[in-house]
Amino acid sequence: MTEASGIALEPVDGSASHFTWRRFGGLWRTAGILIPFLIFFITLAIANGQFLTRQNLVVNILYLQTPVLIIAAAGTLVLIAGGLDLSVAATFVLAEDIAAQLALHTNPVVAIVVAIACGALVGLVNGMVVAYLRINALIATLAMAFVVSGIAEVATNNTFYSLFDKPSLGKFATTNFLGAQSAIWITLVVVVLLGMALWRTTFGRYVFAAGGNAEAARLAGVRVSRVRIATFVLSGAAAALAGVISLAQTLTTTPYSNESSLAFTVLAGIVVGGTSIMGGDGSVTRTVIGVLFIALIQNGFDLLQFNSFLIPLVTGVILIMAVSIDVWLRQRRR
Amino acid sequence: MTDPSDEVVPRPSAANGDVEVVGVSKRFGGVPALSNVTLTIRRGEVHALVGENGAGKSTLGKIISGVYSPDGGEVRVGGESVTFRSPRDAMDRGIVTIAQELAIVPYLNVMENVFLGAEPKKLGFVRRRVMRQRYEELSDRVGFHLPATQMAGTLTTADQQKLEIMRALSRDASTIIMDEPSAALSMHEVYALHGVIRSLAASGTTVILISHFLSEVLDLAGTVSILRDGRLVRNAIAAEETESSLIESMLGRSLGQAFPDKRLSATDAPVILEVDDLVAPGVRGASLSVRAGEIVGIAGLVGSGRSEFAHALYGATRVTGGRISVGGVDVTHHRPHQSLREGIAMIPESRKDQGLLMGRPISENVSLARLGALSHFGIMSPGSERSRVADALEQVRVKMASVRTPVSSLSGGNQQKVLFARTALCEPRVLIADEPTRGVDVGSKRTIYDVLVEQAAAGLAIIVISSELEEVLGLAHRVVVMRDGHFVAELSGEEMTQHAVLEAAFGESATTAS
Ligand SMILES: Nc1ncnc2c1ncn2[C@@H]1O[C@H](COP(=O)(O)OP(=O)(O)OP(=O)(O)O)[C@@H](O)[C@H]1O
Ligand SMILES: [Mg+2]
Repeated sequence: MTEASGIALEPVDGSASHFTWRRFGGLWRTAGILIPFLIFFITLAIANGQFLTRQNLVVNILYLQTPVLIIAAAGTLVLIAGGLDLSVAATFVLAEDIAAQLALHTNPVVAIVVAIACGALVGLVNGMVVAYLRINALIATLAMAFVVSGIAEVATNNTFYSLFDKPSLGKFATTNFLGAQSAIWITLVVVVLLGMALWRTTFGRYVFAAGGNAEAARLAGVRVSRVRIATFVLSGAAAALAGVISLAQTLTTTPYSNESSLAFTVLAGIVVGGTSIMGGDGSVTRTVIGVLFIALIQNGFDLLQFNSFLIPLVTGVILIMAVSIDVWLRQRRR
Repeated sequence: MTDPSDEVVPRPSAANGDVEVVGVSKRFGGVPALSNVTLTIRRGEVHALVGENGAGKSTLGKIISGVYSPDGGEVRVGGESVTFRSPRDAMDRGIVTIAQELAIVPYLNVMENVFLGAEPKKLGFVRRRVMRQRYEELSDRVGFHLPATQMAGTLTTADQQKLEIMRALSRDASTIIMDEPSAALSMHEVYALHGVIRSLAASGTTVILISHFLSEVLDLAGTVSILRDGRLVRNAIAAEETESSLIESMLGRSLGQAFPDKRLSATDAPVILEVDDLVAPGVRGASLSVRAGEIVGIAGLVGSGRSEFAHALYGATRVTGGRISVGGVDVTHHRPHQSLREGIAMIPESRKDQGLLMGRPISENVSLARLGALSHFGIMSPGSERSRVADALEQVRVKMASVRTPVSSLSGGNQQKVLFARTALCEPRVLIADEPTRGVDVGSKRTIYDVLVEQAAAGLAIIVISSELEEVLGLAHRVVVMRDGHFVAELSGEEMTQHAVLEAAFGESATTAS
């Protein structure tokens, strides 16, 4: 049995060379984003002495990117399952407001838990609207962004909160542990869990199946609607967690108008990482690299003291270049 | 039988439009798909390519039509070496393909699809009236009459196929490559297609025909090239061949019988599947019961409701009336995941649209319906997945490089076998196989038949739906014939003849019951 299956799986003639090629092929996919990332990284390291400092790498880049990383990691699952979530910025702000109010009046743990639960609830509504009402995810979540930001505004009476008088919630993000802040550790855990979920669990398989070919998935016994809803719930919860972390970092809430581009920053990171906007393909690892890549661009501007008005332009151009390389590599493989 | 050497010598007649393939090789990631293939396709001839699944037929077709570029060797058209960078280049030289996996734009209508990329235009605007007129002319010439304004995505597979043929013809192609054109067609559509192929050849168009239907090949082709493992075995003049001589060259051995012996199922075996007056979309009151160990064939014309019946049984469409039970358990309103749990499995009709996740690895495609058993608390167990998947694939003899390659890199027939491996993994009690051998080579067909018969012997209740009448008759213990969403006849034993089935399917005689 084993002998026969060995023959069936690996033709004797070219198996060795084939396997190296396969790995190579897999590497190339990651390389699509990793190579520009590394080139950029090395260039900055050479160009500016401050780049490689702990302050810059850990605080200016990682610590400040934690909210984006968390949302993008969950968003990757949404995209792979064939959806899209544009309501994350509104959910982020809602979570900030809820957590701030609760932190002022009750204790920080309640604030964190309730805020994240509300985010998950927003995700649940998103998912149900998309799955059962069969409304296009782009439209459904765009509408939801208005609804949620509206709720946040009404609930807060349009005022901003600061927690400087009761700063205990801040510990959630700022506690130092093994040389990094807790926000970074939390992000690491979330990213690893989501990455593992995608890579190693039945749920992850269903996510790929739902986005790759929904009809085939359904006929193979996958409950496509449930899977999609689950990804939206994760995305909502992640956006809320990101909001809580951001609140803990700054101890102030932000108005929605300041955060409305967050959804696009997140999407840019995911797509630069090579996750297909059509669904069915992608990876959390590559999303992390994609998000950090965009962060590097901004960081480079700060360090080299270039005119920061140019950041959007340069980001856009580099986005297109990165995605072209990815497309080119993908076509090359045939 | 001819000596291959006098076929492969390039002809001196340079300008006559022959397509020559000279020493062509192609590897995919180190695995050779074609090795040093040389052959000449004469102008105006029907030239068939035959061989097992994965032998390299489609790859050769794709090289001729510019989809792939060869790693070695060259393609010559009219004696002149050509390098196609894209199918578009090849099209400019009059070479057009009708692919094995169809390529239509679902949200454009039939006519727009036919003229896609070659619309009659004036100042950049599409001239719809001219297009319409050309479409009518083309329809008359080809003899297919598809509604010009119907959305292409709503067409049946057969009609989509016709659409592709019309598209090729609209480009005034001098060479048309047809990759398994009849695989998805019903019987009379196949006749129509054969007519088209003959008239094409008669009017000087070269047709390269890739097919697993050897009778069709012998019928239509002038020359047959046989491929095995990427090598040319020999070129042959069709008139001097028989099906078994072709099979021997294809497989390197003879096949024996096309079908395994029918093992009679015990008449006292328990009834496993019981369908009572089922009403569902496309099904208007169908009753059937299948015993353990029994293979029941469902015959009927395309559109008679066979696949709809299968879908309703499996819970893929909503049942609006009647009752389905499996082993006494009511499963009438089950959805696919529940059906699988009760032991009903289905191999859908279209592997591309309903079956496979083309971009995902082979292994994930096989295990998809059975992840529950290959995981602990939702976490995959890679070891048991790998070995179970390998066993399942081996059962149906899938030819591939590695289970981690995307299923899209498999040849068409091997993709079909992946679906079989998937159901094998589900250990069902009832297996519904809708067109189980579409695109599968003769040797592997036999493998699949053997698998079906073995599974029946192990106590499964099996339903086989097929447009190939021989297949239904050769496999089934009992055949039910469907027409307009009803079962109109049930035939067994001596009554199971082509004639009787056809009569019932067309509804022209007193055999029709119900
Ligand atoms: N894009 C690809 N990437 C990797 N391998 C490929 C690719 N296309 C084809 N192959 C491999 O090349 C071999 C030949 O495939 P091809 O599709 O030409 O077979 P075929 O003769 O048309 O078979 P079938 O009768 O099943 O359609 C197969 O082993 C297949 O797995
Ligand atoms: Mg093929």
